[in-house]
Amino acid sequence: MDLDIVTLSRLQFALTALYHFIFVPLTIGLSVIIAIMETVYVMTGKSIWRDMTKFWGTLFGINFAMGVATGVVMEFQFGMNWSYYSHYVGDIFGAPLAIEGLMAFFLEATFVGLFFFGWQRLSKVGHLTVTWLVAIATNFSALWILIANGWMQHPVGSVFNTDTMRMEITSFADVVFNPVAQAKFVHTVSAGYVMASVFVLGISAWYLLKSRHLQLARRSMTVASSFGLAAALSVIVLGDESGYLSGETQKMKLAAIEAMWQTEPAPASFTVIGIPDQAQATTHYGVHIPMVMGLIGTRSFDAVIHGIDDLVAANEARIREGLVAYDALEHIRAAKLKQQPVRQEHQDRFDTYGQYLGYALLLKPYLDDPRDATEAQIRQAAQDTVPSVATLFWSFRIMVGLGFLFLILMATFFYLSMTRGFERRPALLKFAICCVPLPWLAAELGWIVAEMGRQPWVIDGVLPTAVAYSDLSVTTVLFTIACFVALYTVLLIIEFKLMIKAIRKGPSVDTSAHAPVLVPRLSQRLIPGDPS
Amino acid sequence: MILHTMIDYDTLRIIWWALIGIILGAYAITDGFDLGTGMLLPFVAKTDTERRIVINTVGPVWEGNQVWLILGGGAIFAAWPALYAVSFSGFYLAMFILLAALIVRPVAFKYRSKEESHRWRSRWDAALCITGFVPALIFGVAMGNVLLGVPFRLEPQTLRIFYDGTLLGLLNPFALLCGLVGVAMMVMQGASWIAVKTEGLVWERARYYGMAAAVLTVLLYALGGVALWLFVDGYQITSAVVTDGPSNPMMKTVATATAAWFANYQAHPWTLAFPALGLGGAALAGLSLLAHKDKLAFFFSSASIAGILINMGVVTFPFMLPSSIDPNASLTVWDASSSHFTLFTMLVATAIFLPLIMVYTLWVYRVMTGKVRHTDFNDHGPLRKPRPSGRGQARQFLTRAP
Repeated sequence: MDLDIVTLSRLQFALTALYHFIFVPLTIGLSVIIAIMETVYVMTGKSIWRDMTKFWGTLFGINFAMGVATGVVMEFQFGMNWSYYSHYVGDIFGAPLAIEGLMAFFLEATFVGLFFFGWQRLSKVGHLTVTWLVAIATNFSALWILIANGWMQHPVGSVFNTDTMRMEITSFADVVFNPVAQAKFVHTVSAGYVMASVFVLGISAWYLLKSRHLQLARRSMTVASSFGLAAALSVIVLGDESGYLSGETQKMKLAAIEAMWQTEPAPASFTVIGIPDQAQATTHYGVHIPMVMGLIGTRSFDAVIHGIDDLVAANEARIREGLVAYDALEHIRAAKLKQQPVRQEHQDRFDTYGQYLGYALLLKPYLDDPRDATEAQIRQAAQDTVPSVATLFWSFRIMVGLGFLFLILMATFFYLSMTRGFERRPALLKFAICCVPLPWLAAELGWIVAEMGRQPWVIDGVLPTAVAYSDLSVTTVLFTIACFVALYTVLLIIEFKLMIKAIRKGPSVDTSAHAPVLVPRLSQRLIPGDPS
Repeated sequence: MILHTMIDYDTLRIIWWALIGIILGAYAITDGFDLGTGMLLPFVAKTDTERRIVINTVGPVWEGNQVWLILGGGAIFAAWPALYAVSFSGFYLAMFILLAALIVRPVAFKYRSKEESHRWRSRWDAALCITGFVPALIFGVAMGNVLLGVPFRLEPQTLRIFYDGTLLGLLNPFALLCGLVGVAMMVMQGASWIAVKTEGLVWERARYYGMAAAVLTVLLYALGGVALWLFVDGYQITSAVVTDGPSNPMMKTVATATAAWFANYQAHPWTLAFPALGLGGAALAGLSLLAHKDKLAFFFSSASIAGILINMGVVTFPFMLPSSIDPNASLTVWDASSSHFTLFTMLVATAIFLPLIMVYTLWVYRVMTGKVRHTDFNDHGPLRKPRPSGRGQARQFLTRAP
């Protein structure tokens, strides 16, 4: 792999984003689980539910701090490493990020302090309201971020402006109600719920095996398995799949995920497993099930799902149309810089082909002026629109397999908690503990499918990744990658240790009605009692 | 959609220029006191109890305060994409150092109390001190460089950004002076906050540091003004000013001129009130601390920060980021904004949510009002209602505490 600035910038973004997403889904899911627990506390008045809220709240707090810290990095990095991207699409992409801050993150960050510090200062219902506000805000946060990401996958409601040389918004509603964004939101949030449920389930299972904190563990298990079962169903049923047929790159992504090298007569077969070979455009040792793909993908017997070969051919045609748009734009810009009127023929050509301008930019890595491209370069650029098939094929299959595993896990424990049977089954409890890391694997693979599947585009069909970067030196970015890795590793180790420590320590069993949570507990012993 | 034409493009640009100022101002005032509190932590609090008291003065609110910066980043991205793209990539390494501080800070707040060992805690205390200092310095240095102009150029055809500066280039004497102003004013703000929220020895020490920082803020800020007058050339638009044209910075010409940064004062002499507020607020904050009027000191300190920031806007308007190597590419209020429609949509969103944010933030501050005492850490204490402050209690605390 060539260590050019684009590769390094992508590497840094991938590292920091995947790291950020270690913390985010757990925050999303745990906030809701905690709010449910506190609701039960307020409704029943049983102090065990308050202890549960505080205990899982402690773990939530450790995790939340890291989510916030690493989230700032994401917001800054668009400008730092992807300045041409920021200029090119900031008019659209910036808005959901800003609204996320206004509507969600502010609420979340303001009330999370009160969640930890407000037990003594708020009434029961007052505190419960705060907890729910944190949970709702956290989920809204995810909504706006995924609206931003959904637009990258399927850029709707926008048009290129030849005066400002960037994309500008035409319909805010289209951006917000983008079908890809909505599908992504449901999928991602549900995945967060599953992750938090598996987390709570696994830790509770450990307590049950050790015969510790039984009251807390049993109840937590019931909450986690019922919530987790609903969430696991939602992840699968309302999965990302619904978004795959909406956009062009989404189609290519689907074809790559399924390693559909050639278009098959409808309904297409489904490749369960095999070894994709991108160079020869074939899948070795493939196990196929006839008709299934066509039925799932189109819900019909005669609609065609396009294979990679068709999609590449279509993209080659778009590159040629994009070159017409590129040429027209050059003429328009030249006239405008000289403050002369733009000739109508150029304007007409741009109006017709402008939507394919981005396809001409696919040639930029090969030569400065795409209009001088040779036939071979155009064919190569079209071929570049195929993402890494093997990566997508495997990531997707592992993710889906894990999704079904979580469904089985949750269903089993839901049944066991209904029949109060889990304590007699240590093997199952051990299995639940082993499952704790798996949701993270599934979530990270999900993002790899989403983002690697969109390559070579950063904005589908609009802006190739290879032109979106900032002109920084390779050493500068190498330096910051090294620093991020060092800093993030140290913090991850600390976070991990603190989590383990808090879990080992378990809930603090206090009988008083107004015991504070989290902040002082550890060092209370150091401090003399109230002199009065 | 024609709704957005209700407000003119140039009016929207002015509104968004002001809104960014308000958001960054809110950040400087609120996060200013917790950055300052972090910087002062090892100096005003010596024992572990004292340190926990000081940390808990900002514990419930620092997270919300920091969101102003995140909101500022998002708002600049949405309303001023060109400014966001040029400044964040241009100041790349400075931004990275800022990020490193912003990553460590929340973690330090949350993790400090999770282990009892002295070494663990003093390390995180040091981290809080440094990560308070670094952002304050960087923000000040950035302001200094905006006044000097930043070495970037735009490719006229594609508007691709090229940057010719280095990290060390940002650290010139004038920018460093501005950085020190930033540090001094945030220490002043943090000290006033600690004075409001604590009692006893910590309160005494905070007042002492606060008075020193107030004097330094006045001196350094005045020195900065003199340096700006004597040594720094300002920028001015030399072509016809089009206020509602497309956002393309390459359609105007710009030149540097002596004292151009003082032109807005000449045109609108009343704007001299803002530097006066910056200086006077700091002086009054120091005097209030001397007179044991802590809350008044916090008010004046906040006013001083507001004055200094507004003055930055007055001096540079309509420039947002001048270019030192290709002045024509300078980003101004008239050519670096989002589209008319985006500015309008974002204004609607802001008009709905910003007042809400103000309301619930104030509510949280009200819930958490009152002095932070070591007895607040008690496990089985009674439900505590906010108590009025009083120095009688402080004396009690001094004599009774071990």
